[in-house]
Amino acid sequence: MKRRSFVAKSSLGSLSTLLGVDIIYKELMPKGYIPLAFQEIDPFALFKKDEAMVVLNDKPWNMEAQAHLLNDRITPNKYMFIRNNGLLPENIDEKTWELKIDGESVVTPKSYTLADLKSKFKHYTYQLTLECGGNGRSEFNPPAKGNQWTIGAVSSAEWTGVRLKDVLADAGVKDDAVYIGYHAADLHLSRNPTKEPISRGVPLSKAMQDETLLAFAMNGEDIPLIHGFPLRLVCGGWPASTSGKWLQTISIRNKVHDGEKMEGSSYRVPCETVAPGETVADEDMCIIESMPIKSLITYPKSGALINEGNKLKINGHAWAGELAVSELAYSIDYGTSWKTASLENAKNRLAWQHFKATITFPKKGYYEIWARATDSNGTSQPMVLPGWNPKGYLNNACHRIAVKVV
Amino acid sequence: MLEKEENDRIVFKPIFKVIILLFTGFIVFGAIIFLVFGPNQTEVEINDEDPELIENGIHVRTGLIEAEGLQTVITNCTTCHSSKLIIQNRMGEEQWNATIRWMQKSQGLWPLGENQKVIVDYLTKNYPLIEKGRRPPLTNIEWYTLD
Repeated sequence: MKRRSFVAKSSLGSLSTLLGVDIIYKELMPKGYIPLAFQEIDPFALFKKDEAMVVLNDKPWNMEAQAHLLNDRITPNKYMFIRNNGLLPENIDEKTWELKIDGESVVTPKSYTLADLKSKFKHYTYQLTLECGGNGRSEFNPPAKGNQWTIGAVSSAEWTGVRLKDVLADAGVKDDAVYIGYHAADLHLSRNPTKEPISRGVPLSKAMQDETLLAFAMNGEDIPLIHGFPLRLVCGGWPASTSGKWLQTISIRNKVHDGEKMEGSSYRVPCETVAPGETVADEDMCIIESMPIKSLITYPKSGALINEGNKLKINGHAWAGELAVSELAYSIDYGTSWKTASLENAKNRLAWQHFKATITFPKKGYYEIWARATDSNGTSQPMVLPGWNPKGYLNNACHRIAVKVV
Repeated sequence: MLEKEENDRIVFKPIFKVIILLFTGFIVFGAIIFLVFGPNQTEVEINDEDPELIENGIHVRTGLIEAEGLQTVITNCTTCHSSKLIIQNRMGEEQWNATIRWMQKSQGLWPLGENQKVIVDYLTKNYPLIEKGRRPPLTNIEWYTLD
């Protein structure tokens, strides 16, 4: 039973008392937001997300989009998936926030305030596609454990910041450097301060790319807290887990970074392909680097009923990790025949590319529209599931929507 | 008219006077409180559902299936992570056990002792492996008219 109650809006303290809990999100709450109860935090209001987003997990927060929500050319915050590994950092102070550069292979360990970063280095803005390594996991058979993402753990927003390579050069990189690793301010789920929820990284070659940013803005505004305020590493085209949020430290390493979720089977796939369900030893797993070719039909929403004789306009996006997308084909007959959609060039490297097509259907009935992208190396998406892997990463099977001609 | 009203006036017993005075005072006091605090107040729904309520075989607060071992699972598994993580996964006995071992090794999960079997039995029975094949048909399509 729900009872109704009156509480004073003036003080969250009294609200906490009334609910009999301590509201840990006090300082994050948007103006005018009132929680129903601690265990009933409304994530849509709190994180300013569209109500059609799907919550997979609330501890830690994990939320995905649906295909039709991703129709914008540049993904706004309200449709951006959330993938957290730990608890949100508490009491972030932008004014005292510092980024440390350290590690075995740094010439001079240095610290930079946000003001230092913003004033000392040139700013760049890129549209960068970030996809969770586990996007599509829910389809694998036998199932893989973890968040059961469908297709919505991908976004392509505009990020503004300074180039990581400029900051690394300022601190100095020794000749033996091979990798960078990040450390961040989020809390481990156990609240054990000695444990990190996630501390991943990329090879030096990726760290040194022009588009690899230490970002302080997203779509022209401060990065939302849930996406890494006040500072985030952004490595477009790679598993989004390499783009560390709430960034505090970049360690320049003389070996492959060995932080939390770099080792074992995390963000790794079998080095050699395996049969579904096979057991794979940790030493036979290789780190995922560039994400595979993939596409999404973002318009219309699946389930459209259209009148016989009407043409159907479709559109969407395609992306290919480090590579470019060279072609987008679509089929309305289960892959028996394919037609080519018109495909735009990327706004910049590592941004997704938009496609569109106009479809005529031969007669009434149930149809599925399948989209299949091909990358600049000539690799296409599979129509069924790609190779099985123990952790359910890299499902880039064709996206499908259903339509009926009536 | 006035005369008539005077004639019709009811004479109250003292006890009623006191009651009316109290009642009026209460209303006036309430109005003052409302005027002072009213504009700053917001109506909020507070869920005071029974935290152990079971509806249609589901433990409402966590969404977990009601079956033997439920309370042991709630106690040991939902301290660190959400029950949503359990509900969306499907595994066999060995995988559930391996998941527990991984959490003990790296995520700070305590030794479960005899409870481990209780938990894994519950999970294997209620959240078992399902055959999905290589690509199931599209399901849950919500049909709508596209203008």
